Amino acid sequence: MFLKQVSVFLENADGRLGSALNVLKNENINIISLSLADTTEFGMLRMIVSDPEKAKTALKSAGLSAHLTDVFAIKLPHVVGSLQSVVETISKAGINIEYMYALSTKDENACIVIKPADKEACAKALEGMKLDFVTDEMIKNF
Amino acid sequence: MNKIWNEAKECMSRDEMSVLQSKRLKKQVDYVYHNVEHYRKKMQSVGLEPGDINGIEDLNKLPYTTKDDLRDTYPFGLFAAPQSEIVRIHASSGTTGKATVVGYTRRDIEIWSECVSRALTMCGLGRNDIVQVAYGYGLFTGGLGAHYGVENLGATVVPMSTGNTKKLITMMKDFGATGIMCTPSYLLHIAETIIENGDFENIKLRAAVCGAEPWTEKMRLQIEEKLHLNCHDIYGLSEIMGPGVACDCELHQGLHIQEDHFLPEIISPETLEPIGENELGELVFTTLTKEGIPLIRYRTKDLTSITRCPCGCGRTTARIARFKGRSDDMLILRGVNVFPSQIEAALLELSETLPHYMIIIDRVNNLDTIEVQVEVEERFFSDEIKELEKLTKRIEGVIKQAIGLAVKVKLVEPKTLDRSEGKSVHVIDHRVFD
Ligand SMILES: [Zn+2]
Ligand SMILES: [Zn+2]
Repeated sequence: MFLKQVSVFLENADGRLGSALNVLKNENINIISLSLADTTEFGMLRMIVSDPEKAKTALKSAGLSAHLTDVFAIKLPHVVGSLQSVVETISKAGINIEYMYALSTKDENACIVIKPADKEACAKALEGMKLDFVTDEMIKNF
Repeated sequence: MNKIWNEAKECMSRDEMSVLQSKRLKKQVDYVYHNVEHYRKKMQSVGLEPGDINGIEDLNKLPYTTKDDLRDTYPFGLFAAPQSEIVRIHASSGTTGKATVVGYTRRDIEIWSECVSRALTMCGLGRNDIVQVAYGYGLFTGGLGAHYGVENLGATVVPMSTGNTKKLITMMKDFGATGIMCTPSYLLHIAETIIENGDFENIKLRAAVCGAEPWTEKMRLQIEEKLHLNCHDIYGLSEIMGPGVACDCELHQGLHIQEDHFLPEIISPETLEPIGENELGELVFTTLTKEGIPLIRYRTKDLTSITRCPCGCGRTTARIARFKGRSDDMLILRGVNVFPSQIEAALLELSETLPHYMIIIDRVNNLDTIEVQVEVEERFFSDEIKELEKLTKRIEGVIKQAIGLAVKVKLVEPKTLDRSEGKSVHVIDHRVFD
């Protein structure tokens, strides 16, 4: 159900972003989706990549602070209210969504990445919805 | 209980010690008066003659010596022994001005080695140990001072010096080193490296003897916990001798001073008057047996307190408390006296190990600004901005509580702050004073 996201702490989002991306390019790791959140002081780069473990190791040996975080990546049909119903289910279960961003896919469907405050509780809440999750296995051939 | 190297000296009664110190002080004052022009003039200017000093009760009559006296007489002006008797030179490069140069006669080196041997014995080391010395070798007294002490003890010395942590750890394992001497921050760095590689096998370290930079009791406990050994605090300064002037025993209730060679006093850095036992002030030393460069009432600038009550280990020598900082390390920020060690202690409250940090001081529109950069290590990491901002606020909170001033905390990437393998620099002051 979970998908491994690579999270990277960047001291100065502008200057350091390029070097983080360079590391992945050199390792031939494909970035499927990326989101950058930043403050005036630092930034947090979140990425879905073809090989998260390899990405983490490469980033770390390049001196960057990289970690793996479990997130949900849910395929959504292109119909009104499909995202809304997922969000509503999570919030009705009393779980906060820390952040979310879109994941680009080759097929027709839209795809959304969600990081809930409590992943186990969120997994439980989504169980009954018959959702289509993108998993670590699938991401290799995305 | 650990052994005692020289029971006759380290356990003598306070009365006997006073008699010995008085006798030696009288002799030392007479010696400098007749052999060092600078001292003779200094004494004459206050109308003092060697005959006026009859014992330690007269110490107060003597003028103080400071680093300026050493600089003004650079390089050899305070040497009391002729050059033919000097067998070694050490020097410390000051950040400002000229280096301070010290010289040792053969007997000075013997006494120094004796003092280091006493310290190592206090730390539970003996002739069956293999000790890695990872202080810098060279003009700095740390490396060679420790080295001669280990040899004099009869243990096996491995002169690592600083700079190659990987090799140090490999040899630590391959040789089965049981003791290590280095700066505490370097030892923490070594511990981190060992832990990172998760390889504790074949590490036989039993005792660490750390010094040459200010550190905290908490750091000492961290080192003990991380490396499963006994960690001791050794103190010294090149002007007086080098490492081994004082060291703490296994009870860690202050550092035993080798009082038969170094007469300690605590004075108020403001009034310069001697102050009582257990009160915080500046440590002052008078050498009692030095031949190369004897110093009379040398102001160390180190802040501590002293106790003369006997220790549970059996030693009767006076003990100094862990240092509270240096009177010249003291930063005056917005009119408040701040010691970097206070900020370090506050950071230690956050978690069991000290994160790498740097204090950056500047002055903007006539107001001092204090930024503390802290590395985001594994244990602090979160991929949520909110959590990292919370962490920033928490650090700002504990520092403010410790120093009474608001600071700005900036999280930086791990391993971006300078890790020196000698003395660590934790303060950068950009302010310009005319
Ligand atoms: Zn003791
Ligand atoms: Zn540090």
